[in-house]
Amino acid sequence: MAKGLPKSFKKALWVYHCNSGSCNGCDIEIIAALCPRYDVERFGIKLVGTPRHADVMLVTGPVSRQMVDKVKRVYDQMADPKAVICVGNCGNTGDVFYESYNLVGPINQILPVDVHVIGCPPRPEAIINAVAKAWVKLETLEGG
Amino acid sequence: MSPEATTKTTYHVPIGPIHPALKEPVFFEFEISGERIIDIDVKLGHVHRAVEWASRKRNPIQILYLAERICGICSYCHPAAFTLAIEAAADIEVAERAEYLRVIQGELERITSHILWAGVAAHEIGFDTVLFLTWEIRERAMDLTEYLCGNRVTKGIMTIGGIRRDITKDMLPRIQKDLKYFKDNFGKLAHIFLDDKTIKMRSQGAGILTKENALKLCAVGPTTRASGIKKDLRADTSYFAYGDLDIDYITPEALTGEVNGDVYDRIIQRLLEVKQSIELIEQCVDKMPAGDIVSEPKIAKVLAQLKKANGEGVGRHEAPRGEVIHYVKLTGEDAPFTWKVRAPTYNNILPWIPMLKGEQIADIPIVAASTDPCMSCTNRVAIVNNGQRSLLNKEQLHRLSVEKTRRLMH
Repeated sequence: MAKGLPKSFKKALWVYHCNSGSCNGCDIEIIAALCPRYDVERFGIKLVGTPRHADVMLVTGPVSRQMVDKVKRVYDQMADPKAVICVGNCGNTGDVFYESYNLVGPINQILPVDVHVIGCPPRPEAIINAVAKAWVKLETLEGG
Repeated sequence: MSPEATTKTTYHVPIGPIHPALKEPVFFEFEISGERIIDIDVKLGHVHRAVEWASRKRNPIQILYLAERICGICSYCHPAAFTLAIEAAADIEVAERAEYLRVIQGELERITSHILWAGVAAHEIGFDTVLFLTWEIRERAMDLTEYLCGNRVTKGIMTIGGIRRDITKDMLPRIQKDLKYFKDNFGKLAHIFLDDKTIKMRSQGAGILTKENALKLCAVGPTTRASGIKKDLRADTSYFAYGDLDIDYITPEALTGEVNGDVYDRIIQRLLEVKQSIELIEQCVDKMPAGDIVSEPKIAKVLAQLKKANGEGVGRHEAPRGEVIHYVKLTGEDAPFTWKVRAPTYNNILPWIPMLKGEQIADIPIVAASTDPCMSCTNRVAIVNNGQRSLLNKEQLHRLSVEKTRRLMH
């Protein structure tokens, strides 16, 4: 568990997953984290269908030019306090696509990213650890 | 869609590119009359990452890693097809043992991908219990992948002239144990998908693709085989070690005795293919000859040989979603002159139109998912002009085509 996290949480964490042009690699690892082997729902972490319900936004992919304004709009629709997690090398650095003409990323130039998860794709354990770190930020913001 | 089609009785429903029903960015516009779908328009290009363009600056070994990242689910079949294309273009020999190891990796990817698909299909009709069940089985397949390749998703296993990791004798018991686990659970999955009332209700008679339409629209892979067309690259041509293995075409007829081409048939098709893949891996493990796993282990030597090579090659591989084709032209430079990818979903998107016409809005997710679409494989073509995406209609395209012909004549 991440440093600074209290033993009991104030609330369950709802996560919105936004694919900004990813190769599916990170996305299937996110779903894998939700499924029985890793089962994050036991911590109250749940994937929701709309950004308006979410506390945390998971962004995967290198943000293609067509997706920039959509990603920004999804972020704006989330209620405060909120956190952004960038999952995968693509969003963090561009990875193998770094020089492409159609990319606007890295994501931290578009959205304020709180947690960077490295890996191509990162293992489900790393994604769960990142969500726990985002939890620390949210609990701090709420004065917890 | 033409504006004339819009009357008082129909309306347009835009879905995507970010939508809870979609796992990947793609944009649909449905023309709806009441609950019935009249017309569908698909807009692609949201996952365009300029993969082919990036290849112009990289050598073939570097492109292997680029090809792997076209799609996270097909992270073996793209490098496989690319390697086949390069080997054909530069006449590179492949170690015999590697041919069998390549089949094992390919079939393991098929098992993982089909089980993943089964879970997604169950999720699309609201049957999340089955999603969790299938993904638990899938985790075992992922463990086996990790055991054989060192990675869960991007495998980094393919190389020109062979394969990068061997399967040693002490690894065989673990493989056999996992294959037994898949076989035991296959019966359970087959029972859920073939006999359950919920799944039957939603999938039988939904999204029908007739044999005629499948042929006309060039559908590939399980989508076309579920419509009764015997088209399977593994049996049609003998690449890798498939020529030495016992493999036959599978269509849903084998189980039900008839072909309807509906979503139910596509479910049966994929389940039967999982069983076939398990048998193929078993055959490979038995028949695998001893020897080297790569014909030239020194990458620098391979690159030097490729730099001298002149020629073109086509690599075809039966991916979990259908036939993937890579074309490569080498002209004696570091980077290939051209690299063209044709992913199976490109062919499987057009059949959506006959499948979805006349269906209800609620059937969109399961019918669309039944072809196992993979957008990150498909998004190759987009017209981008100063940050503005422009769409060309048929007249404009025709005009451009005429203009180009005139230009070339002068």
